[in-house]
Amino acid sequence: MSKKSNTPGRYEAGVKEYRETYWEPDYEPKSTDLLACFKVTGQPGVAREEVAAAVAAESSTGTWTTVWTDLLTNLDYYKGRAYRIEDVIGDDESFYAFIAYPIDLFEEGSIVNVLTSLVGNVFGFKALRSLRLEDIRFPLHYVLTCGGPPNGIVVERDKLNKYGRPLLGCTIKPKLGLSAKNYGRAVYECLRGGLDFTKDDENINSQPFMRWRNRFEFVMEAVNQAEKETGERKGHYLNVTAPTVEEMYKRAEFAKELGSRIIMHDYLTAGFTANTSLANWCRDNGMLLHIHRAMHAVLDRHPKHGIHFRVLTKCLRLSGGDHLHSGTVVGKLEGDREATLGWIDLMRESFVPENRARGIFFDQEFGTMPGVMPVASGGIHVWHMPALVAIFGDDACFQFGGGTLGHPWGNAAGAAANRVAVEACIQARNEGVEIEKHGREVLAKAAKHSPELAIAMDTWKEIKFEFDTVDKLDVAS
Amino acid sequence: MQMQNYHSLLDDPDSRKLETFSYLNEMDAGSIRKQIQAMLDKSWQVAIEHVEPERSHRTYWYMWQLPFFGEWDIDKIMGEVTACRNAFPDHHIKVIGYDGKRQTQGMAMVINRAKS
Repeated sequence: MSKKSNTPGRYEAGVKEYRETYWEPDYEPKSTDLLACFKVTGQPGVAREEVAAAVAAESSTGTWTTVWTDLLTNLDYYKGRAYRIEDVIGDDESFYAFIAYPIDLFEEGSIVNVLTSLVGNVFGFKALRSLRLEDIRFPLHYVLTCGGPPNGIVVERDKLNKYGRPLLGCTIKPKLGLSAKNYGRAVYECLRGGLDFTKDDENINSQPFMRWRNRFEFVMEAVNQAEKETGERKGHYLNVTAPTVEEMYKRAEFAKELGSRIIMHDYLTAGFTANTSLANWCRDNGMLLHIHRAMHAVLDRHPKHGIHFRVLTKCLRLSGGDHLHSGTVVGKLEGDREATLGWIDLMRESFVPENRARGIFFDQEFGTMPGVMPVASGGIHVWHMPALVAIFGDDACFQFGGGTLGHPWGNAAGAAANRVAVEACIQARNEGVEIEKHGREVLAKAAKHSPELAIAMDTWKEIKFEFDTVDKLDVAS
Repeated sequence: MQMQNYHSLLDDPDSRKLETFSYLNEMDAGSIRKQIQAMLDKSWQVAIEHVEPERSHRTYWYMWQLPFFGEWDIDKIMGEVTACRNAFPDHHIKVIGYDGKRQTQGMAMVINRAKS
C-alpha cells in the first residue's frame, strides 16, 4: 500500500534541523493566526532560516529533539511557522523573523498564556545572542475573547463630563514619606486649582509611614472638598497594587465604598493575571482604571533584547485598563516621537495599519474594543504644553508632577497655570494656529490674564531635556 | 513676582468652574464663532445647553431646542446662541459639538457664565 504524504511515518529518534519543520517561506498567514515579529540576533555562523525556525519551534510546539508523542497529534496543524525574514536596516548582525501561530495554541482571553509562549523559554535559548519581540498581530477573533478596557475613553469623558481638551493630572510628591493627612492636603490643593486628577506614586502601596486605608480616607475627603469648591468632577488614582490579589480586591472595594471614581494598578510588577481580574472588577463596578507601567523599561529599552513597548501596549489594552502611561516625547523620560505616535494609536484607535515609519509591523484590528487614554507623565511643565497638545491631541492625560507642585506659589497656583495653558492651546489650535510653532505667543497671551501661568513660565524657562533616544526605530533616514 | 494667594472659597459662587475654557477669559462673539466653525469643519452637530448656576454640576443641562442637525450655516447657529442668551440671561450656557461617529461630545465649552 502506498503511503500518503500526510500520514505519519515511523518514529525516528534524534535531532532534526529546526528548519525542516518550522521554516515555511511559502506559508500564507491566515486571518485567524496570531503573528509575531521578532528581532533576532543569532550566534555567528548559524543560518538565519535555522535561527528563525528555532524561535518558531521553541515558542510553539517544538523541543530540541524528536519525541514519540509528536506522532500522536497533528503537528502540522499546531506548530508555529517562521514564514518571512527581513533585514534590519543599518544592522548586519540582526534580522526580523516573522512567525505565524495557529489561534488554537492560546487560551481565550489570556494574555498570560500568549506571553508565556511567545516570550517564554525561547528568550533564554542558547542559539540566540539576543531576541526582541517587536510586534504581535492579534487576530480580531482573539481580541474579541479579551475583556479590554473596563470603560474606555468615551465612557470616561461622559462620567467626568469633560470634553474637547486633554485631561490634567499630577503625581503627588515627595513620592515616599508623607503622612496620609499631609498627602491629602497636597491632593486638595492640586484639585482645587483646576486639575482633573491627582495620582498616587507607583511606589505608594501601604507603607508604615502611610497605610493604604488612612490614605484613601484623607484623599477622598480632599477630592470631595475640591469637587464642591470648583463644581467640577475630580479623581485621585488610588493605587490598589498590593502583595496579594485578596488585598488588591480589599483596597478596590474600599475605594468604591468611599465613592472614588478611579483606582490605579501597576500591570507589569503585579502581573497580567492580577491586572485582568482587576479590570473585570472595574467593569462590574463602574470604576475607572489607571494603569502604571513600572518595570517596562527593563523589558523594552534595549534595542536588541526584550519586548517592545508597542507589544506591552497591546497586551494592556486586551488585559484591561482605561489609562496607560505612554511617555511624553518631550519630557525627562525616553521616547522617540514617531514610535510614541505608533503606540498611542494602538491605545486609542479601532484599526491601526502597518506603518514601518512608526514601528508598526502589522495591521491591527480592535473591533469594538474601547480605547485606552494615553498618559504623558514625567518631567513636563507649562512650556511643553503646545507640543503635548500637538502630539497627543485631546484624548490624553498630561501629568505634571514637579510642574504643578514645584510652582513658586504652591500646588493650586501650579494647577491653575497648567489648566490655563492647556485651554489656551486648545482654543488656539481650534482657531487654526500652528501651536508648536507659535506656542510661545499663545502662552504669553494667556499669561497676561493669569499671573499663575506667567510665573510658571518664568520659573521653568530654561529647562530642557535633550538627550538622544537609546532605542531608535530602525528605519531608513 | 510677590507670592500670591490662590483664591477659591466654598461660599463664593465665582469659585465654581465650568469645564472647558472656564479658566480663560470669557470669549467674545468672534472667538465663539471660530470655535463653532471648528466643530462644523469636523462635521459635528452643534447644540446649546443652559442651566441655573446652582445646578451646574448636573450631567443634563436644559437643552435649547434640539441639536441643530443639518445646520451648517454659522450665522444661524450664532443667532440661536444670542436667542438663548436673551431668553436665559441668568443661566450658564454651553455650546456642544456632537461627534456622531465616535458617539461622544467632541467639544462642550462654556460660552456664558452667569453673574452670581
